[in-house]
Amino acid sequence: MHERKAVIASRIGLHARPAGIFAEAVGSLTIEVTIALEEESAEDAMDASSILSLMSLGAANGDIVVLRAEGAGAEEALEALVALLETDLDAE
Amino acid sequence: MQIFSGVGVSPGRIIGSVRQMPKPVSEPAKGERLAESTTPDEAAVLLRTASRAVHAELKGRSEAAQGAGKAVLESTALMATDPLLIKGAVKLINARTSAERAIWESGASVAEMLHNLGGYMAERAADVLDVRARIVAELRGVPAPGIPHSDTPFILVGEDLAPADTATLDPSKVMALVTSGGGPQSHTAIIARALGLPAVVAAVGVDELDDGTEVYVDGAAGTVTVGPGPAEVAAAEAWVALAATLAVFDGNGGTADGHLVPLLANVGGAADAIAAAEAGAQGVGLLRTEFCFLGRDTEPSIDEQVAAYRGVFDAFPGKKVVVRTLDAGADKPLPFLTDATEPNPALGVRGYRTDTASPGVLERQLAAIATAADGSAADVWVMAPMIATAEEAGRFAAQCAAAGLNTPGVMVEVPSAALMAETILREVDFVSLGTNDLTQYAMAADRQLGPLAALNNPWQPAVLQLIRLTVVGARAEGHHTGEVKPVGVCGEAAADPALAVVLVGLGVSTLSMTARSLSAVDAVLSRVTLDQAKELAGLALAAASATEARAAVRAHLPMLDGLGL
Repeated sequence: MHERKAVIASRIGLHARPAGIFAEAVGSLTIEVTIALEEESAEDAMDASSILSLMSLGAANGDIVVLRAEGAGAEEALEALVALLETDLDAE
Repeated sequence: MQIFSGVGVSPGRIIGSVRQMPKPVSEPAKGERLAESTTPDEAAVLLRTASRAVHAELKGRSEAAQGAGKAVLESTALMATDPLLIKGAVKLINARTSAERAIWESGASVAEMLHNLGGYMAERAADVLDVRARIVAELRGVPAPGIPHSDTPFILVGEDLAPADTATLDPSKVMALVTSGGGPQSHTAIIARALGLPAVVAAVGVDELDDGTEVYVDGAAGTVTVGPGPAEVAAAEAWVALAATLAVFDGNGGTADGHLVPLLANVGGAADAIAAAEAGAQGVGLLRTEFCFLGRDTEPSIDEQVAAYRGVFDAFPGKKVVVRTLDAGADKPLPFLTDATEPNPALGVRGYRTDTASPGVLERQLAAIATAADGSAADVWVMAPMIATAEEAGRFAAQCAAAGLNTPGVMVEVPSAALMAETILREVDFVSLGTNDLTQYAMAADRQLGPLAALNNPWQPAVLQLIRLTVVGARAEGHHTGEVKPVGVCGEAAADPALAVVLVGLGVSTLSMTARSLSAVDAVLSRVTLDQAKELAGLALAAASATEARAAVRAHLPMLDGLGL
């Protein structure tokens, strides 16, 4: 199991357009990725390819989230996803 | 020749072919099971295929859309194939629930989860329910809900339009609107007038028309004729020529004998305001400030508001612009201001009343208006919606004074305000009649309900009496000071040329309407004298019903038929 933390950079938090961009990026991968707020346990982690789950997570600007994945290429995939979360996706 | 009769709400004579707005998707029966011959795996495949088709359809539309609409379509497209939504449904399918029922229930629980999160998320619940309905329609092989897509122009026929349909209604494709439900002040009527589309509402039976049927729509007479003949073809051709001559308003509203009645525009933003100024509007009688606030989960900053208001003020240098402060609630909910769980939102904490429940928003809005007005060449007036008492009017006037705004006024929409106009005008400098809500409250008839269309009609003599009493109150107040304060109308009533004449006869000093109606109202008003208008107002007041009032007035305005209005 690989695990990475990321700080949400989008000004409006991880919903609406930023959540859509992120969910699409996760959905294009062949591995499963989960997301949870830093203070939550791994069991409460949600499917990161679901825009509805991302929206219900309610991660605001500056919140820290934990991404988890396993399998081939997980480490590189998480690296790219962290970079995505740490970009202001609403500004583009 | 088959003719359907309804209420004409927006003039115009046009021939075209019918496209029915698909009926709302009905709920699959509770407990509906998978067919014996279908395995859960097969049903799950069908569901995934349907959800991908809906995703592709919405994604395709998002690529053609722009701005906020594009973003909404993009995220709605993603919801269609969302793992949370689909996995929830597949679980139910594995327990042998039908695919339609499974996605219906899964959508309901996701929507409930979003609703419980409140704010912005709660608003997205409607998107999930929309996606769910689209997937069920796809599984059933019936047309998706919403305005149909077509490459050729058509006449849209349906039960009634929702505010959300405005965003997807393409005026280059839709030639006219015909509905079996709705009333003169329904969303369909408001959308039609704003877009300048001929429209007939409450035309019972039109839902039975087949797609492709050729019909003639007369938006003034309120009729829909199937299989138009040479007479209808000639009338439609004549309308095209007439519409061109009617399209000019010289910017000087008044009666034939020179009684001035400034004709103003109702606008909802800078783009509207620029178009209204080009159409000759003599100012803005109603700036709906909701445009800054709707669709947001937080309050816009003061700077953002200043820029938005300034855009409107700049379109009218040297002219009056009446700003209505935020009118949230009822059909215009705002997550940070209104309570969506009220049992009766039209009678709830809406309009000015939200200032008591959530203080601060109004104060900041007034500050933004004052800043935008400062340094602008427009004459800025401010009014509060949903005022019921003189005490509220006085409190609002004090808030305006504190913000440095010198011309405070209030809307007269609640019957109590019409009855207390004299007292209210001791507190503020002007009143503006919002006839849509005034009618709904005077007649105790919901604006959106088709079956109540006859009650919900600004021609109701009781509504005209309330307007008369407002003018009487203003004159009584003016008697003490020597100057009568202005009484304007900014509701849909002002956009009906015949009713506009009655309003002037009742003593209303300005009329504000959608910019599209300025030329038609001017064309009729400029052909009558003030005395004739007073006489017609008397006829309308004395009528026993709205239908009688309208018929009596129209019988004395023969030019209406000639103008196709």
